[in-house]
Amino acid sequence: MATSIKANNKKKKKVSLNFLFALPYAVVFFTFVVLLIIISIGLSFFYYDTINIPHFVGLDNYVSLFTRDSDFLQYALPNTIKYALIVGLCGYLLSFIMAWVLAQLTHRIRTILAVILYSPSLTSAVMMTVVWRVLFSGDTRGYLNSLLINWGFISTPIQFLQGPGFIFGIMIFVGLWSSMSVGFLAMLSGILNINKELYEAAYIEGMKSRFQEIFYITIPSMKPQMLFGAVMSIVGTFNSAGLATTLSGSTPPPQYAGWLIVDHMNDYGFARYEMGYASAISVVLLLIVGIFYLVAKKLFTEKD
Amino acid sequence: MSTQVKRKKKRSKFLGTMINPTHFHRSQIKFLLIVLPFAILMLLPMIFIVSHAFKPFSELYAYPPKFFVRRPTLDSFRMLFRITSQAGVPLVRYLFNSLIQAVGVIFFTLFFGSLAAYSFSFLSYRGKKILFGANQIAIMFVAVAVAVPRYIVMNKLGLINNYFSLIIPLIAMPVGVFLLKQFMDQIPLELIDAAKIDGANNFQIYLRVVVPLVKPALATVAILSFQAAWNNTEASSLFVDDESLKTLAYYFSTMSLGSSALANQGISAAASLMMFLPNIVFFILVQNQVMNTMAYSGMK
Repeated sequence: MATSIKANNKKKKKVSLNFLFALPYAVVFFTFVVLLIIISIGLSFFYYDTINIPHFVGLDNYVSLFTRDSDFLQYALPNTIKYALIVGLCGYLLSFIMAWVLAQLTHRIRTILAVILYSPSLTSAVMMTVVWRVLFSGDTRGYLNSLLINWGFISTPIQFLQGPGFIFGIMIFVGLWSSMSVGFLAMLSGILNINKELYEAAYIEGMKSRFQEIFYITIPSMKPQMLFGAVMSIVGTFNSAGLATTLSGSTPPPQYAGWLIVDHMNDYGFARYEMGYASAISVVLLLIVGIFYLVAKKLFTEKD
Repeated sequence: MSTQVKRKKKRSKFLGTMINPTHFHRSQIKFLLIVLPFAILMLLPMIFIVSHAFKPFSELYAYPPKFFVRRPTLDSFRMLFRITSQAGVPLVRYLFNSLIQAVGVIFFTLFFGSLAAYSFSFLSYRGKKILFGANQIAIMFVAVAVAVPRYIVMNKLGLINNYFSLIIPLIAMPVGVFLLKQFMDQIPLELIDAAKIDGANNFQIYLRVVVPLVKPALATVAILSFQAAWNNTEASSLFVDDESLKTLAYYFSTMSLGSSALANQGISAAASLMMFLPNIVFFILVQNQVMNTMAYSGMK
């Protein structure tokens, strides 16, 4: 009896030592992921200006966010959802299609093309500002304007970045341009690793076209990679923010064109120092990300 | 008879359009034609950056604008290195800070992350399931969404105005731990057991058996954390006041956001190229390992 307790103790000790391997990561993970989410939620019920002690205001922040904050309701929220749906979804589909097409090519050509398609996601939005600002510049020296005038489509240059009409469109273009990130590589790798015998068997069974092949073999065989790709494009889409302000060069951009929830949150957090209100905004943003995640998970989780 | 012939035909059609073909076949041309326009569209802004960075002053503002450089010069780069910030910090200092930040972030992300992944794959302890589950959900964690509490936490922890302020907020990388763990799951348990029989303890197994076997995954996480650090401007702008501790990405972002941005097109393009080159070179060097790691990236 005594020995068994001793053995048990010994075992317990060993178990707790194993935890040490995860401890350093667990500490940073808790501090910079879990804790930040907890603080966001907690602080969203307070008024806090970073100087005075926060005081409890209940749901006031949420109430004013959803009833009084017209910049949020008219611009930030709809823009974010539109941007996420268009860039997230189209970027994801484009990644899958490109990955599938690349998988039909030989190794060397595929590698070169994959690096080219992936490389825009390596750039940061801010660093590319110079390109977009020059390409879409509103005078005749802007490359796009110069081309359009040359080809006779327009006679006077279009104010792409000064007016609200084009900024959102350009943001979506830039978002799609840089949408082939890690998820794209994961899906490419997933397609390449599907057992070839599956295809062969399916063709003998009567599968007729490559189109069917995608829906009956490719996607079902790589659902886990499809989910990873979906999560990566959700994260990438929501992380790309502040594009409108860098494109137009003013905060807020003209008539809040392309103003996203993240811009709104940074505006309240770091320009007005209303940390509680900013936290409520970030909770809403986290919830939206969560909804996107749940949809993706529902689509690609294997039922067993 | 005729159906048999048909079936044979079908079969040969299938073999001609296989996934991951070993040889070039003219049936692949149509796929090339689909990708090429996209590849060109993706590449154009990059070519523009390169071309713009080497343009002499006269070509930068030529009318009508010319896409490609005619007489390349290094003028923009020279000017970039000659200008220093208004606070009197030379560019080399920003570059040095960026390197410290990148190396620090890579090192701690890999070290902490691989230890945790090893514990998820091979060890058992209380709370492991919860921690792994939390990490799994956190893969979709959008870091920009919690900039406000991050700022508060960094202030409360006193992690302000030193190199750790640039490094520590970027270490927790759930997707990195996930990829490492997935890769480690492929290691046959016999190898671990054999090492145990030889008398190796857990840390020795981690260091001598597991780490050498997961090099592709380590390379992948290294490049992902490098990208996160190299392009990061948040840490420099919010957690560091001292101008001489700020990074290249931050300095360039203030430079390209200012009203003088268009006036300094050449310098901005040179700066963008300087930011982009290390990223792409690093990726090309490890792309094989990245593809290898991505084979196990499936989420369930």
